[in-house]
Amino acid sequence: MLLDIIKNNIRYGLLPIFRSSKNGIRTSPNISQYYSNLKSRYGNNIDTCNIAQLLAPSIIDLSKTFYCHLGVNVPDHAMTFRSLCNLLQDSVTPFVVSVHAKECNEMLISYLKSFFTLVCQATLTIRIIDLLQKCTQVSPKRKENLAKNDLPVVVIFKDFEAFNSQVLQDFILICSRYTQELPFVFIFGIATSPSAIQHRLPHSVSSLLCIEVFHSLSCTQHLASVFDKLILNSQFPFKLSSRVIQVLVGIFLYHDFSVQNFVKGLQFSMLEHFNSQPLSVLCCQKHEALLSAKILSKQNVERIRHLPSFMRYVETQEPQEQVRLLTNDEHVKEVCQKLLKNLHTYHKNYYPILQCLHSLTSSLPKFPLGKHIRELHVSCIEKNLWETEEYDSALQLLRILAKDELVAALRSCAEILKSANTKRMQNVLQQLEDFLGRLEALQGKSDSVSKMEYQRTDLFQLQKTLLEKESRRTKRMNPFEVLRSQVIDFIDSLVREYLTPAEFQPLNEVCYYSSSGVLRQRLNVTPRTSIQAALTHPFYYLKNESLKTNTGTISSAAPDLCIVYKLHLECGRLINLYDWLEAYVTVMSAAEDQDTNSEECGKFDSLKHARFIQAVSEMEFLGFVKSTKQKTDHVARLTWGGC
Amino acid sequence: MALIKCPGYPEDTLRSLAERLPCRETQLATLLALMGQPDQYSYPSVFIYGHRATGKSHVVLSIMKDLELPHASVDCVECVSSGLLFHQVLSAFFGPDAAALLPRCPSLSDFVRLYKQMSSNSPATQTRYIILDRAERMRDMDFSLLPALLRLQELVNDNVTVILLSEIVWEKFRPNTGCFEPLLFHFPDYSKAELVQILSWDHHPSYTPELYASYINILLGVFFSVCRDLRELRHLAVLNFSKFCEPLEKGEAKESDIHKLWKNIEPHLQRAMQTVYLREVSSVQWEQQFFFSPLPVVLSAHAHIELPYYSKFLLIAAYLASFNPARTDRRFFLKSHGKIRKTNFLKKHEKTSNHLLGPKPFPLDRLMAIFYSVVDSRVAPTASIFSQISSLVTLQLLSQVGHDDQLDSPKYKCSVSLDFILAISRCVCVCVRLYRYQYYKFLNDTQPYI
Repeated sequence: MLLDIIKNNIRYGLLPIFRSSKNGIRTSPNISQYYSNLKSRYGNNIDTCNIAQLLAPSIIDLSKTFYCHLGVNVPDHAMTFRSLCNLLQDSVTPFVVSVHAKECNEMLISYLKSFFTLVCQATLTIRIIDLLQKCTQVSPKRKENLAKNDLPVVVIFKDFEAFNSQVLQDFILICSRYTQELPFVFIFGIATSPSAIQHRLPHSVSSLLCIEVFHSLSCTQHLASVFDKLILNSQFPFKLSSRVIQVLVGIFLYHDFSVQNFVKGLQFSMLEHFNSQPLSVLCCQKHEALLSAKILSKQNVERIRHLPSFMRYVETQEPQEQVRLLTNDEHVKEVCQKLLKNLHTYHKNYYPILQCLHSLTSSLPKFPLGKHIRELHVSCIEKNLWETEEYDSALQLLRILAKDELVAALRSCAEILKSANTKRMQNVLQQLEDFLGRLEALQGKSDSVSKMEYQRTDLFQLQKTLLEKESRRTKRMNPFEVLRSQVIDFIDSLVREYLTPAEFQPLNEVCYYSSSGVLRQRLNVTPRTSIQAALTHPFYYLKNESLKTNTGTISSAAPDLCIVYKLHLECGRLINLYDWLEAYVTVMSAAEDQDTNSEECGKFDSLKHARFIQAVSEMEFLGFVKSTKQKTDHVARLTWGGC
Repeated sequence: MALIKCPGYPEDTLRSLAERLPCRETQLATLLALMGQPDQYSYPSVFIYGHRATGKSHVVLSIMKDLELPHASVDCVECVSSGLLFHQVLSAFFGPDAAALLPRCPSLSDFVRLYKQMSSNSPATQTRYIILDRAERMRDMDFSLLPALLRLQELVNDNVTVILLSEIVWEKFRPNTGCFEPLLFHFPDYSKAELVQILSWDHHPSYTPELYASYINILLGVFFSVCRDLRELRHLAVLNFSKFCEPLEKGEAKESDIHKLWKNIEPHLQRAMQTVYLREVSSVQWEQQFFFSPLPVVLSAHAHIELPYYSKFLLIAAYLASFNPARTDRRFFLKSHGKIRKTNFLKKHEKTSNHLLGPKPFPLDRLMAIFYSVVDSRVAPTASIFSQISSLVTLQLLSQVGHDDQLDSPKYKCSVSLDFILAISRCVCVCVRLYRYQYYKFLNDTQPYI
């Protein structure tokens, strides 16, 4: 199903947003592949194919209506509807129009009119009604055409909640009069819940509709699939550090629930990475990376030497080797190739093991390692997982797993490992299957043991066996328990070997984008904080040396607005304009001559007055003060704190 | 069935007409009597009213179509301006060329002048009828339009009758200045027996009409007390008929085992009662719902809404701001609020339940202040927090008071219910109850020493 949608999307050449951003980056084949995956992933999250199938046989007595319940991730809807619209146009009917509340809340009918003129290619008439009549009565050719194909007119209401309900009701009433001649299909995009229909439309109108409801994937599921395809994938060389992932996921969960914005954030971090990190030339597929490592420029070799991870690597080497690494460029290039190879193998082994661990722990009570694989991934690349308490408790829970559960979990792990095609993973798979075989063999054995026990009924023997059991409980575990602890130890060793944090890998800076601060600043903007920062520290934006001041002092060199702002911070709720002006003039004249004792001080000319008035009106424009009716010569302060 | 006789109209057409309009024979006869013979002048205006789905438009339009009388049928919903109405009437009577002669924004006198001019060219040999469906919309149009249309016969000096169809009574139409009183004519609701007769018309071809009639009887036995709308009943009948026939198809019962069939369908109908009028599901989904879950799935409004984390808090804050008096904010949201004396705490006019009074508007600042105190972690005032407010407005969970273009201190109202808020606060682990003024008042009223 998803594959079909993806294919369709590619064929129809959807998603121009991605296309436009593609121009910005150099287009090495892997990057464009990455983009194509970004694109294809962005399938419609509702079952467009289903809708298309339903629309195809359109025996419409009442106007057929489809509700697409989409969730609140508003930015994603446009994408979904665009692909839905194209799909319908290609497969069902050419008469598809999609309307947006913003465009036509008042003028729905005139909007549709222009659409119908386009579709019907009839001469311009006064109203949609006339056009419909024209379609059906006046032009017999058209009528034949319509009757033959029986093509419905599809009207997509992208944001149902935002429509004026009166306009919508009228529109449905009018359309219902013409359904005999021209079948209509409405598609309503609903973000909240299907009951919104009852809030918007009275029964007299909704009874004209024949309704089907479709639900989209929930946005967290959607995010999980994006994660699987784009981040938890060794195919793509570009990686995100744990902090960056946390920022992106945080924006998603806390703010907008928009997968589109998430993908944009991902694109942005990619742009940032390739822009800010010169060594990102090595961030590409393995063979290309090795090729470009051979021809590294001298400057880049020097950059590699300064990478923290590389320095750490150098420290672990023999002294002789250290000297070679720091002096011989060619040697660095060779080592670099080796390290890049290691990095690629690390990734190839990392993801299968991560998935295995997730499938083992995701069924545990209380989810000690997180419910979603992204949480596990974040904690793995952040720190040594095996040093955390959560990991210990997860292992403890795994150690008391029942046999059938353990076998099932191991089977799913084996399934995951089968798709991994490195030598080491095949090795791991072999061992795992070995364990599975032993567990199954154990099952047969324990059955035979229990059968034998039923035959012994002798009292002496019973006492003996009971005593044996007693001793076994304290000292020895039964074979299953022994095997189980072996399995868990094996898994533990796997985790320690393969799930090492990415930061410890030499040259990880090449692939990992880690400046989460920049990302947060760019994607989660705080306009008010920036305004306040600009007003208190003008140097931060203007970069003029004379503006550099200590905190707490008011420099007269600063723009008037900054001075006025700083002065107003010292006032209470109501600010006397005259006092404010005097303070301003004092600051200004302090700059002109240092002689504060002279008579001139405190006096002001009309120029200063005008500058002050302008600054105050700018403050008002920015929303810091407003005029008040309580006292005529005062203004009210509107903000508190933030000093 | 009494044979309807009316001179001037072909008898067999009248008979087929009467057959096609079951349970409306008396109305048909009266209408025909009112209309008189085709060439006679009829009453200038007739006002027909009755509930929805009582066959008003159907009867009138069937008469017009079957007897091939000259008529113009206009739905007033379509007429955004009166010009559109004139246009439709003229083009129905005199062809589109006549309608094209109307000036760009035609007034009533333009219409009358043009009508007169046209009718002098082609005088009426039969009574012309103008049928205005959903006439209640006419009240929103030009105030002189309705009185003029009511005596159009005099104005244009032609054999024309205006028939107004509406769901509401004439008293709601009558203009202040008075007007020509139309002939009032009521279409009564169908009785239960009549509903059975009409519903039995669309019986399934593969089953006998008797079986369908008994099914309709069962259906009406359940639904008649809550729903008399013919349209809705038809919808329900179609929806549940396949369920009714299930035992027949499986071979578990015969058509004569009415009791057995009744036992089978009765619980389903009872369940269907919960969603009558709602039209939330189609027939396919309705069946699936029965198939998968033994208990009726209540298509609750609130279960489905997913909101981002901070949006939930914003909504909770908006609710509290809407229903708590601003005076008590200090009491609920400040950590060291000091003691508030009970006598001062409750003011007299606040004793009435806030929920009876509805949500009160609150400024944005107050919303943000409450939001910051409800969210336990530090939240930066980012742009996306503010954009969430506007997206809540778009989803109509909040509503903006006043104009959209008021940039300076916009005010909002919370438009969701307490249940909804409680459901949300359960998700984010906030005890809304602690902050609710209403709750404290309740405690205060019942337990004075708490």
